[in-house]
Amino acid sequence: MNSSVIVFPGSNCDRDIAVALEKMQFKNQMVWHKESKLPKSDLIVVPGGFSYGDYLRSGAIAGKSLIINEVIKAADKGCLILGICNGFQILTETGLLKGVLLRNKNLRFINKDVNIKIINNETKFSNKYKKNQILKINIAHNEGNYFTNSNHLKILNNENLIAFKYCDKNGNINEDSNPNGSLENIAGIFNSKKNILGMMPHPERMMDNLISNTDGANLFLSLLK
Amino acid sequence: MKITNQVVEKHGLNLEEYSNIKKFLKREPNLLELGIFSAMWNEHCSYKSSRRHLKNLPTKGKQVIQGPGENAGVIDIGDDDAIIFKIESHNHPSYIEPYQGAATGVGGILRDVFTMGARPIALLNSIHFGSPEHFKTKSLLNGVVSGIGGYGNCIGIPTVAGETKFNKTYNENILVNAMAVGHAKKDKIFYSKAKGVNKSVVYVGSKTGRDGIHGASMASAEFDENSEEKKPTVQVGDPFTEKLLMEACLELMKDNSIISIQDMGAAGLTSSSVEMASKGDLGIEIHLDKVPCREENMTPYEMMLSESQERMLIILEDGKEKHAKEIFKKWDLDFVIIGKTTDTNKLTLKYNGKIEGEIPLDALASKAPVYDRKWVKKKLIKSKFDFKKLKKIKIEDALIKILSSANHSNKNWITNQYDQMVMCDTAQKSGADSAVIRIHDKEKAIAVAVDSSANYCKAHPLTGGKQIVCENWRNLISVGAKPIAITNCLNFGNPEDPKIMGEFAECLIGIKESCEFLNYPVVSGNVSFYNGTNKKNISPTPVIGGVGLIQKLEKPMDHLFKKKNSDVLLIGKTFGHLEQSVFLEEVHYILDGRPPEINLVNERNNGETVLEIIKKDLVNSVHDVSNGGLIVALAEMSMGSDFGIKIKKPKNLTNLYKYFFGEDQSRYILEVDKNNLERVEKILKNNNIFYDNIGLTQNDYFEIEDELKIDIKKLYKINNQWYNNY
Repeated sequence: MNSSVIVFPGSNCDRDIAVALEKMQFKNQMVWHKESKLPKSDLIVVPGGFSYGDYLRSGAIAGKSLIINEVIKAADKGCLILGICNGFQILTETGLLKGVLLRNKNLRFINKDVNIKIINNETKFSNKYKKNQILKINIAHNEGNYFTNSNHLKILNNENLIAFKYCDKNGNINEDSNPNGSLENIAGIFNSKKNILGMMPHPERMMDNLISNTDGANLFLSLLK
Repeated sequence: MKITNQVVEKHGLNLEEYSNIKKFLKREPNLLELGIFSAMWNEHCSYKSSRRHLKNLPTKGKQVIQGPGENAGVIDIGDDDAIIFKIESHNHPSYIEPYQGAATGVGGILRDVFTMGARPIALLNSIHFGSPEHFKTKSLLNGVVSGIGGYGNCIGIPTVAGETKFNKTYNENILVNAMAVGHAKKDKIFYSKAKGVNKSVVYVGSKTGRDGIHGASMASAEFDENSEEKKPTVQVGDPFTEKLLMEACLELMKDNSIISIQDMGAAGLTSSSVEMASKGDLGIEIHLDKVPCREENMTPYEMMLSESQERMLIILEDGKEKHAKEIFKKWDLDFVIIGKTTDTNKLTLKYNGKIEGEIPLDALASKAPVYDRKWVKKKLIKSKFDFKKLKKIKIEDALIKILSSANHSNKNWITNQYDQMVMCDTAQKSGADSAVIRIHDKEKAIAVAVDSSANYCKAHPLTGGKQIVCENWRNLISVGAKPIAITNCLNFGNPEDPKIMGEFAECLIGIKESCEFLNYPVVSGNVSFYNGTNKKNISPTPVIGGVGLIQKLEKPMDHLFKKKNSDVLLIGKTFGHLEQSVFLEEVHYILDGRPPEINLVNERNNGETVLEIIKKDLVNSVHDVSNGGLIVALAEMSMGSDFGIKIKKPKNLTNLYKYFFGEDQSRYILEVDKNNLERVEKILKNNNIFYDNIGLTQNDYFEIEDELKIDIKKLYKINNQWYNNY
């Protein structure tokens, strides 16, 4: 499977995601933000980091960048797109995913391991997980507080477009297990065609027992299937 | 502008120094030249008070590639790998403007490391605040923590370890020390020494603004009630640009384009150009009209003294200009040839062709003032402390009081604001004795830790200096790393006061003794004097940052109990030293007496034996015993684990408080499986190590026979509430 990782000058999880993809036998290429063409890709990853510094709203400038036009075109043609953390923020800026990522409820950057529950395991991104499976996964963001309007929230729920929700280690989804104030504890969502996934947690950080755990591996294995 | 005595003093120079300047120049300096002298001769850049003492530190060793004197220290960790690291203070700016002060502290130390060719792989910090009740502490804490996080998180280097302390000695002068650690290939290390005449001197990075002018001079004077007015001397950080600069430099470093490179840190363009040229025994000519400026009508004086961040000076090999320029263009950074190296041994500054200033380089560097300041020894005080007169308190209540105090509470509130995982090589995060960072794509890892003991250093600087190196050594051992070398950040008060200078001199003697004995050389560091306001000096606070090597990272060792029914061994002798202890400070509000003695022979033997046991995979968990003594160490091993401990009542020591809260040094706690006990005891006996079997791990409870029994979940909760309630 061919993958491309978009590299903005302030991306800082680009190497991490590349390592994860290569570990799972993807044929990966890094694509510099000034490129105007994408290599042939089955999967495009928009990685975490601070795209263009994010001194303006996170991802706002990246959402208007040269390369992102190509990502949008590819998405329209059905290419699989994965946005992680800043990548998720950028995808909402482009409109490929609806909703916004507000500042964390506690107004602070949060880096810690949290639990998330697999809500929809019938997608290209999640088929190797079991429904309601609980993962332990790292988050690291300042703006991860997902919000959307009530119409869209209804659609998310009715069309099963919520990928993951924050929960505690027993799977309880409530305010105590919500690290950043996200609406309905949402940690990741799909677009309506389910070829685009945006998520705040970092699956690429959960690929190695020596460092963390391997709870992220099934996401990549799902894509390979 | 006429150079009057007042102008001279405003530049932080005394009249004797000024008359020396005139001797060097054989004339009066103009304002630009005076500014340059002031930047190079201030304490921060010249080390004029500390140099005589620093040269006694051991700086060499089999694994030392580069000791002090460069941007950072370099050590050999085998194969073709080198680790480059340094710690630096940013105390004064952080007190005035906590967010930017702390952020640019991180930015500055990162540049020191990647300037030498290393990709930074870890950030650490040591931050000291005033008493939590002081009206400024809360906002300083918030500002500093978010500043450190803001910079490191954005540039994408994990902040993996640190220490945070509160003490009223820092009420008017906080400490913010940042350490960066990088990895480089041994044959790709870059130095600041210029070579060759007529080589292009290139300015890269951000544009120069009016921020930070005289920052280094500010850091070389005490604060007074007008300190707030110094805000404009604090630099503003831009981590995004630093990221670009880092990537561009590392890309250019892949081939042989660079002769030498130096970041523009304290005293900006002045110190970088002077350092490169003087080290190379050359001259340097700079055309200031070519310097990229952020603001209009900047004068040569402002350009030379600006401390705008994220800038570098590079001397390029002939013919590499175009290639280098392309790289910096790719990263959207300024790249301008602003001058050349010369054979004049002078710093020559021109503006539109006209010479604006010219100074012999030796006057700024090798002949800068060095002072042999008066210092007095501190006697070991006899303690007035009498245990019998202490107010009665139950052991349980004393423990809870300590675990819920500002200084001994869990620091998750802070560390959760730092990205600790980016780069995906953090095998052990904050909260352990040391952080462990795997070398990317390799089996080996390094352990890193920072430590300080201001109370001990205040009570007896020599013992304190000795102790702090040992504690740092112990922290690396506890995660299974072989300690290799340290960097130090020496935070002290006003060196013109012989008592303060004595604290400095004696701490350094202590540091030297331990470093020599443990074969633990100092490879880089930084001195920060004048920490104090209105003649009130801070307690002497040397901070030690250590790096150790784990040859093969198979499973990271930490301090949390892993199983029930393991034997718990206490390594090292317990005498019950309560003077200067956390127990007295936090429970009885007494700071009195002597710090605990260090026996370096025991320190080394105990440490080397523990390391041997860890390497043979015979222990489940390891923790060193430090502040708070045995009971706090055991509580730390229980909190956050699923297992507690049942501690046997000690047979010999009649005073339980001394036994449990005493801060005797060189001690470790090992959790050993029944199956391994015999082997571990054999190693301990063979090495003549004193140890005691003090109890067994168990489910759920932290217990001392016939004395106390607390649910470990309750302990955890007690330990985790201070920050959230602050």
